[in-house]
Amino acid sequence: MKRPAANISEGLQETLQTYDQHLDSLIPILQGVQKKFGYISEDAVECIAQYLDVSQSYIYGVATFYTQFRFTRPGDHVIRVCLGTACYVRGGSQIMDEIDRYLGISPGETTSDFKFSLERVACFGSCALSPVIVVDDKVYGRMTPRKVKKILEEFE
Amino acid sequence: MNFEEIKSKAKEEWEEFNQLERPRILIGAATCGRAAGALEVWEKFKEELAIKSIEADIHEVGDLGMCYAEPLIEIGVPDGRRVLYQKVAEKMVPELIRDFILKGDPRPDLALCTFGEVAIDGIPAFQELPMIKKQVRVVLRNSGIIDPTAINHYIVRGGYSGFAKALKMMPEEVVKEVTASGLRGRGGAGFPTGVKWGFARNSKSDIKYMICNADEGDPGAFMDRAVLESDPHAVLEGLAIGAYAIGADSAYVYARSEYPLAIARLEQAIKQMEEFGFLGKNILGSGFNLSIKIKQGAGAFVCGEETALMASIEGKRGMPTPRPPFPAQSGLHGKPTNINNVESLANVSEIMNRGAKWYARYGTERSKGTKTFALAGNVKRTGLIEVPMGITLRDIIFDVGGGIPDGKKFKAVQTGGPSGGCIPAEFLDMNVDYDELAKVGSIMGSGGMIVMDEDSCMVDIARYFLSFTENESCGKCTPCRIGTQHLLRILNDITEGNGKPEDIDTLEKLCRTIKNASLCGLGQTAPNPVLTTIEHFRDEYDAHINDGRCPALVCKALLIYTIDTETCKLCEICKKECPTDAITGSKKPPEPFVINEEKCIRCGMCFSVCPFGAVQKSSGNGETQVRKSGSENNNE
Repeated sequence: MKRPAANISEGLQETLQTYDQHLDSLIPILQGVQKKFGYISEDAVECIAQYLDVSQSYIYGVATFYTQFRFTRPGDHVIRVCLGTACYVRGGSQIMDEIDRYLGISPGETTSDFKFSLERVACFGSCALSPVIVVDDKVYGRMTPRKVKKILEEFE
Repeated sequence: MNFEEIKSKAKEEWEEFNQLERPRILIGAATCGRAAGALEVWEKFKEELAIKSIEADIHEVGDLGMCYAEPLIEIGVPDGRRVLYQKVAEKMVPELIRDFILKGDPRPDLALCTFGEVAIDGIPAFQELPMIKKQVRVVLRNSGIIDPTAINHYIVRGGYSGFAKALKMMPEEVVKEVTASGLRGRGGAGFPTGVKWGFARNSKSDIKYMICNADEGDPGAFMDRAVLESDPHAVLEGLAIGAYAIGADSAYVYARSEYPLAIARLEQAIKQMEEFGFLGKNILGSGFNLSIKIKQGAGAFVCGEETALMASIEGKRGMPTPRPPFPAQSGLHGKPTNINNVESLANVSEIMNRGAKWYARYGTERSKGTKTFALAGNVKRTGLIEVPMGITLRDIIFDVGGGIPDGKKFKAVQTGGPSGGCIPAEFLDMNVDYDELAKVGSIMGSGGMIVMDEDSCMVDIARYFLSFTENESCGKCTPCRIGTQHLLRILNDITEGNGKPEDIDTLEKLCRTIKNASLCGLGQTAPNPVLTTIEHFRDEYDAHINDGRCPALVCKALLIYTIDTETCKLCEICKKECPTDAITGSKKPPEPFVINEEKCIRCGMCFSVCPFGAVQKSSGNGETQVRKSGSENNNE
C-alpha cells in the first residue's frame, strides 16, 4: 500500500521547500536530505520524486550513481579511510584492514550497534599527511595500524 | 565605489595588517594544517596569550605548501622580525610566547624560516629554503601569505585588477590576451585556454555558461583544494574574466563535496564579491552582469569529464556524451558552455593583471608558464609546489622535495593519477612539460605527483589504479566498463600468484582496445598505468608470474613472515599485537617466537611493531629476499 505523503516527517518537507522545483536541484536536495537525516530513506525518495515531479526510479538512478549517497542508517561515527594514491603507497590498505578487523565490518557497512560506519574514500587531498583517516569531520594524519587502533578505542 | 577607491581602501587594511604594532600570529589553517593540529594550536595561543595578558593579533592564513612541516605558525613582533615555526605542537606554544614574544629570542632551533625584510642569524629566509628556491609562484602567489577570508588582502596584491582591466577591453581582446599567454588547460588535457574561450565566444546564443571545474578527482592530488582554501578569489576572478570573455552572465563552480573548507571559502568569497560590486548587475560600470553559483559534486570521478560534469549539474547521472557537439556549441542545458579547471583560472587572473608577455616568459616553447604539483608519497618534503614548465623531474623530487626518506632508493614517479603513468629513474632528467610527459607514456594530468621508493610494487600500483578506474567507470560504454574489469581481474591474478605467462600479452591487447574504443577520457587513459609499468618494469611482472615472487615485498599472497630468533629479544610485542594469534612463544620461560603460517594473514602488524627488526618479510621460492624492519617511515 502506498504510504500517504502526510505521514512523512515535516522536517523533510521543510528542507525541500528551500530548493527550486527544478531537476537541477536534485543533487543538492539529496545532499541536503542526507546532511539532515544521515541517509536517504525510502520515504525521502518518495517525497523528492513528488516534489520534482519525476519517478522514484529516476531518483534512485541518480542517487545510486554517486558514491556520496547512503540508503541505510549510518553509524554514530563515520570512519572514512583514504585510499588515494599517496595513502595507498604509504600503507593505507593496511590501515583499512586493521579497522576492518577491529570493527568486524567491511567498507560500506555499519556495525550492528550503529556505532560505526566504515567507508573508503578516493582522496581527501591531505596527501602530504598520508596515510589519512577521517572520523566524523576530524582528519587524522600519518596513521599506522597501531595508532588507528588507539583512535578507535577512544571512541568506544 | 570605483575600483581605484576600492584599491586604496584595501591598501589601508593591508598596511594595518602588516604594521605589527603588537605581536601578530598567523596560523596556517588549510586542511593540511588542520589535519596536523593547527586549530588546537590556535586555541592554545589564545589561551596562553590571555593567561599572560598579552595583546596580540591572531589571523588565519592558507597553505604555504610545506605540508611536511605543518602546523606552520608565523610569529611577528613589533621590531619587524617575522619567523615561521614548523611542526608546532600545543606544548611548544608557551615556550614560543615566552622566548620570542616576551624575551625577543627567535628560537632558531624551532624555526623554519623568516619572512619579510628583517633577517635573523641562524634562520634562512623563506625564498632561500631548498623547497622554495626553484619554485615560481603564480597560482600560489598568495597562498599562505594572505588571509583567505579577507578580500582586501587579495585586492592589494593585484587582485581584481585583471578583471577591472578586462572589463575595459573588448571580450575578443581578452580572448586574444589569454591565447597569447600560451596558457594550456591545467586540468590535464592541456588544450590552449584562449582558443577554447574563442570557440565559446563565437557560439551565438542568448544564454551561455561558464563553469569552473573544481571536482579534483585524481587520488593523490590536492592542488585545487589548497588554492581554493588559501586564495579563493584568484579562482573566482579568473572565472569572472572568462565569463566576460565568452559572454556568459551565469557561472558555476562545481566543487567536490569532500572539500568542505574549500566550499566554505568559496561561499564567503562570492558574498564578498557581491558586496564589492564584482558580481551582480553592471559590474564596475561596464554593463556586464554576472552571478556565480556553487554546485557540489557527489563523489563520481567521471564528473571531471566535461559532459559528465554538466549532466551532474542538470540533476542526472554523471555520464559523458559523445562529442560533437562540443560544450562550446551545446553544453549545459543545451547552451554554449566553457569549462576551465581551478588552476587555469587562477592563472588567468594573474595573466590579465600582469600581461600575456610576462606569463609567457616562463616555461618551454609549447608549455608556457608554471605548473603546480601535489608532491606526495615517498619523498621527504611533501607538499604543494609550483615550478616553471620545463624543470626536470630530478629537480622537483630531489631539490624541491629533498629526495627519498630513510635512505631508500627512488624507483618511479607517478604523474597524472589514474590517467597517467609511472616514470622510472632513467627519465629523471627529462623536462616536465605536456609533450615530454606524453613521450614517456604518461600525462601532465592535473598535477598529482606521487614518488615511489624501492618498497613500491609496480604491478600492485597498476592494480591499484585499475581498481580505481574499474570502480569509477560510469558503465556507459562497453570497452571501459568490461575492459577495465578484465584488466583488473588479470592484475589481481598476477598479484595473488596466479598469473599466467600469456597474461602480459593479453593485458597489452586489452589496453589498446580500451584506449581506442572508449567514449571519454576516463576509459581512453585508464590503461596508461598498466602500459607504462609493463614497459618500464616488465621484470617485476615476470617475477610475479614466473617465480611467484614480489620483488618489492608488497603483494600479500606472495609473502612469508618469519621471526629471526637471533635478533628476537622475546619482548612479546608482536605476540600481543597479532590480530589472529598466529605467534607463539614466551618470555618466561624463554621459548622462541614463531609465526604460524597457516594462521598468519600477512597484515604486517608484527613487522611494523617489532622494535628490534627481528621480524622478516620474504617472497619467492628460490632466492629469498629479506629485509629487516624497525624503521618508521617518517618524513623530514
